[in-house]
Amino acid sequence: MKRIYLDHAATTPLDERVLNAMQPFFWQKFGNASSVHSFGTEAREAVEKSRETVAKAINARPEEIYFTSGGTESDNIAILEIAYANRERGKHIVTSKIEHHAVEETCKFLEKDGFMASWLGVDKEGLVDLGEVGNAVTGKTILVSVMHANNEIGTIEPIVEIGKICREKGAFFHTDAVQSVGKEKIDVNKMNIDLLSSSAHKFYGPKGAGFLFVKEGTEIQPLMHGGGHERGLRSGTENVPGIVGLAAALEIAEKEREKENARERILAKKLLKGALGIENSWLNGPAIGPKRLSNNVNLGFDFVEGESMVLMLSDKGIAASTGSACSSKSLEPSHVLRAIGLPHVKCHGSLRFSLGRGTTAKDIDYVLGALPRIVEKLRKISPLRKGVDISEFEEDIEHVHGHEH
Amino acid sequence: MYSEKVLKEFRHPKNLGKIHNPDGLGKVGNPVCGDLLWIYIKVGKNKKGQEIIKDIKVKTFGCVAALATSSKLTTMAKGMTLDEALKINKEKIAKELDGLPPQKMHCSVLSMDGLRRAIEDYRNKKAGRIEPSKKQPSRSSCRHRNKKGNGKSN
Repeated sequence: MKRIYLDHAATTPLDERVLNAMQPFFWQKFGNASSVHSFGTEAREAVEKSRETVAKAINARPEEIYFTSGGTESDNIAILEIAYANRERGKHIVTSKIEHHAVEETCKFLEKDGFMASWLGVDKEGLVDLGEVGNAVTGKTILVSVMHANNEIGTIEPIVEIGKICREKGAFFHTDAVQSVGKEKIDVNKMNIDLLSSSAHKFYGPKGAGFLFVKEGTEIQPLMHGGGHERGLRSGTENVPGIVGLAAALEIAEKEREKENARERILAKKLLKGALGIENSWLNGPAIGPKRLSNNVNLGFDFVEGESMVLMLSDKGIAASTGSACSSKSLEPSHVLRAIGLPHVKCHGSLRFSLGRGTTAKDIDYVLGALPRIVEKLRKISPLRKGVDISEFEEDIEHVHGHEH
Repeated sequence: MYSEKVLKEFRHPKNLGKIHNPDGLGKVGNPVCGDLLWIYIKVGKNKKGQEIIKDIKVKTFGCVAALATSSKLTTMAKGMTLDEALKINKEKIAKELDGLPPQKMHCSVLSMDGLRRAIEDYRNKKAGRIEPSKKQPSRSSCRHRNKKGNGKSN
């Protein structure tokens, strides 16, 4: 059966050019980058060359780039270690209600450890309000962490302005850019960023490789203690093939970014237009345009549940994802969809398509052929339709889930 | 994540839909993840004169597990006496499906609750009793409430 992958926000396939760049470092140039001999030297050279490539891509200096295992680790180092290194200055952090779990859970952990967190709300498009940021950041605030682009609904946050507020008030600014690196132009200087997290497998690089940008002069302490790798911030033998792959993937992504974004945006519009032809459907997040990642289309369908849609699509060879509670381990619906004000029953009906380099107009046509029938099939067996009152159940649900930040 | 049997039941569900003028209707909503399910029954008699579930249909808004358990429960209950049907429990449904992921066990509870409500609705109507939900307009309790069926198909 033909398979169409439309879940690039979850992960991307490794680019073949990246694989070719990585291959020698698994077995021919396998040295430990800390070793003095020639095996070590060639590994070290590859790591440092990769560091330069990454630094250039985001307008940083090589010594400000720290290689990690990925987005989660980068977020953890940034948030925990800024907090612990600066706790004498204040114990207040500011973040948003739509962060990835790697940021959300790390901030919650700090809350349990005596820090205070302010959780910024968002509007119906998922945008943080700058006035609220300004009010939340005080003299006691040591860190502000707001993502660059949202993984579920593709909203691009006004991080330049958030960074500016942080500079003015003397708080460090971290941004989780896992979804945006390689897709949006990043300039850490112009964007007033102190710390930035990224993960290679989101831009056609390998899994298990990521980086953290830390602006020079930022007070931070290590999370991993050991041999003092990565200038003492992140001990552990360097993942040389992963680092080489990350840099190669980023270089390609940067080169192709604008052209690919324009191409994906056309496909996203086509998908959206076709899908909205289905009755009682809507787009979650901002309109397709500058406020939204070009590859993200997050749809909602009344009266049907997301996990069932995802499995039925999968039976047709199409890979998508959902923010429905039923597909999450916690049985909580997506905190992002809740934060933009969707009631529970509507969160259930969400369906995310994230397009990528391999996506074609033909793929979109295929999806638009399959999707209406799937929605119709599920609606036929659903007790819900226009005019059916479920307020009594809703109230139950609200009560059980009613613990916002 | 799901067993082959769950997936098969999801792909080829039985008894989905509704019965016009049912003898009993059970409406339940799951507060844990928000699934909703309406069960419709027609009651008949077997040769011994016992009341049996002659026909059963279900409408479900929910995940793969909710749909699969709805289908499986209705298949199991069809033809059973009302008393036998009341003995179906979540373990029995899960066993028939080669197990459910632990976080999805409540889906089988939901369909079971729906069936119990439908039978209760039938028995209440037969006894000429007033709908308990109509007698209790106050909603002070915030616990999981199963909406009682009102016997009217909608």
